Amino acid sequence: MKQSRLGSWIALIIGTLYFVVPLAGTFEFSLRMRSGEYSFDAYRSVFSDSAFQDSFVFSTLMALATIVIGVLLVVPTAYWVQLRLRKLRPLIEFVTLLPLVIPAIVIVFGYLRLYNSSSFLPMTSEIWSTNLLLAFSYVTLALPYMYRAVDTGLRAIDVRTLTEAAENLGAGWATILFRVILPNVRTAILSGAFLTFAIVIGEFTMASLLNRPAFGPYLQLVGANRAYEPSALAVMAFVLTWACMGLINVFGRAKQIKHAP
Amino acid sequence: MAFLEINQVRKAFNQNVVVQNVDLAIERGEFVSFLGPSGCGKTTTLRMVAGFELPTAGTIRIDGKDITHLRPNQRNVGMVFQSYALFPNMTVAENVAFGLKVAKRPAAEIGPRVDEMLNIIKLPHLAGRYPYQLSGGQQQRVALARALAIKPQVLLLDEPLSALDAKIRVSLREEIRSLQRKLGITTIYVTHDQEEALSMSDRIVVMNEGRVDQVGAPFEIYNQPKTRFVASFVGTLSVLSGTVVDAASGVLDVGGQKIVAGRGFPNAKAGDACAVSLRPEAARLEGFGGQGATTNMADHAERNRLQGTIEEVAFLGSVIRIKVRLGDNILSLDTFNNPGVTPPERGAKATVTFSPADLLVLEGV
Repeated sequence: MKQSRLGSWIALIIGTLYFVVPLAGTFEFSLRMRSGEYSFDAYRSVFSDSAFQDSFVFSTLMALATIVIGVLLVVPTAYWVQLRLRKLRPLIEFVTLLPLVIPAIVIVFGYLRLYNSSSFLPMTSEIWSTNLLLAFSYVTLALPYMYRAVDTGLRAIDVRTLTEAAENLGAGWATILFRVILPNVRTAILSGAFLTFAIVIGEFTMASLLNRPAFGPYLQLVGANRAYEPSALAVMAFVLTWACMGLINVFGRAKQIKHAP
Repeated sequence: MAFLEINQVRKAFNQNVVVQNVDLAIERGEFVSFLGPSGCGKTTTLRMVAGFELPTAGTIRIDGKDITHLRPNQRNVGMVFQSYALFPNMTVAENVAFGLKVAKRPAAEIGPRVDEMLNIIKLPHLAGRYPYQLSGGQQQRVALARALAIKPQVLLLDEPLSALDAKIRVSLREEIRSLQRKLGITTIYVTHDQEEALSMSDRIVVMNEGRVDQVGAPFEIYNQPKTRFVASFVGTLSVLSGTVVDAASGVLDVGGQKIVAGRGFPNAKAGDACAVSLRPEAARLEGFGGQGATTNMADHAERNRLQGTIEEVAFLGSVIRIKVRLGDNILSLDTFNNPGVTPPERGAKATVTFSPADLLVLEGV
C-alpha cells in the first residue's frame, strides 16, 4: 500500500517536472530582456507590435468563423447519424478522424492544387476567397475534436425519444434542432468550440502556405528574428490554451450539476 | 363508425413481419390496453398510430380522417413515453407549454392552460423546477400534462409506469384512469403488465407474435380466454393433461382420477389425449379452512375432486398459493389467508375440488 503510494508520488513529481520545468524556464527567460533584472519588457514589446495585434485579431476572427461553420456542419450531421443513420456511424467516425492521420501540409497542398488561380474553382485568386478556404481548412483540422465533442453530447441525451416527443407535440425539424437538441448539447458544442479556438489560434502550416497573416506564421517570424519575444509569445499561447481548457471544465461542471440525478 | 380505426395494418422491417393484419375499432372516450410480451408488436402498433412508423399496409383513421401518411406533428395525438422524455433544458411549466407554443397559441391562453394542467396533475408548486429535480412519478405526471395540454384527439401511453416502483405504479395508474375518465379522451395504453391492463382498461387487446389473439373486456379476457396464449399470459393457469373418457359429457381421466369438464370436448373422441386448464382461485383445498375465491360455487356433490400431495406453499400476504402434485400434473390454487388457520404442510395428502364449469378447454390445447 505504502509502496504504491510512493510510486504514485514519484510519477506525479516526474510528470510535473516534465511539464513545468520547460514552461518555467521559458517564462523565466521571457523576463530577462532587460539586462541584470527581471521585467515584462518582452511582453510590452509584443503587445506594442502592430503585426501581433493584426495577426491575433485575424486568427481570432478565423477561429470564430471556423467554429460557426464547424457547428453548422457537425451538429446536424451528428444528430442525423444518431437519429437515423446509426449504421453509418463507424464510417463517419473514420472520416472525421482522417485529419489526424493526414498531415496538414498534405491537405494544404491538395487545396493549392485543387483551388489554385488557374483551377475550375480559383479560391486562392482573391483574399476573401483564400480566407474562406483557410476557414474551411481549419474546419477540417478541427473536425475530429468538434465531431467527438458533439457526438459525446448527443449520446448523453436520448436524442430519438426527445425528437419524437417534440414531433408529437407538433414541432418541425427547425424547432426540434434549435429548441430541443441544441440547448441540450450546448456544453458539448462549447467544448468543441474552445478546442477549435485553441487549434486555430496557433496553426501555422495552412496559414503560412496559403499566405495569410495569421498568428501562427507571426509566431514563427518572431521566433526566427528575436530572442525574448518568442518566449513571451509561447507563454501567452500556453495561457490562452489553458484558459480555453479551463472554460471547457467550467461548462462541463455546470452541465454535471444541471443533470444531477 | 368507430372513432379510431386500425384496418388491416401490417408492419415489416425488411423480411421481419412484426405486426400482422391488425384490425381494431376503438370508440370515442374508450380506454384500450395493448397487452402482450416483449416483441409482440404492441409498441410498433402504437408507434404507427403516433406516426413514428409507417405501416407496410393498411390504414389508420381518426374520426373518419385517414392519418396513415400524416407526419407525427400533423396528427394531434398526444404521447407519453416510458422514459418520460421531458426536455431537460426546460422547466416543468415550459415543458407543459411547449406544444402550445409550437402551435403558436396566444400567451393569454398558454399561461392559464399550463396552470390548469399543473393543477390537474397536482404539481402547481413545481412549475419552476427542472426535470432532474423531480422524482420518476412526478416526471411522468408532467409528461402526461404535457401530452394533454395540446388537447389531443387520442392519448397514447407507451408503458408509462414500467420505470417506476410498485407503490407509485399503483397510485399513478389510478390517477391516469381517473384523469382519462374525467377528460373523456380516447386512450391506448401499451403494457406487458396484466394487472395494469386488467385494472385500468375498458377493453384489452392481447397481442402475440404480431397478431391480435383476443379483444375483450378485462372480465372476458380473464374468464373466457380464447387461446392458450391468452389464458397463460393473463393470470396464472394450471394445465391438467389426461385422456378423454366421454367427449359429449366432458369426462376426462387425469392420472387415473376422473373429472368432468362442463363444456365437454366437441372436437375430441374417447381415448384422445386432452388438456384442460384451471385458474388458481377456482380450486379449493378440502379440509383447509381458507376460502378460495371460486368463480363458480357449484353444488358440493357436483364438484370435481382430485387427490394429490402438497408440493409447495407460498405465503403472499392476503393470499396463500398452494401447489398440489396430481400424478404428472401440478395444480396451483389460491386461498385467502385466514390468520386462525395454519397453512398445510409440504408433503401432506390433500384433496382439491373445483367446479366443472371452471375448467377451460382452450383452442390449441
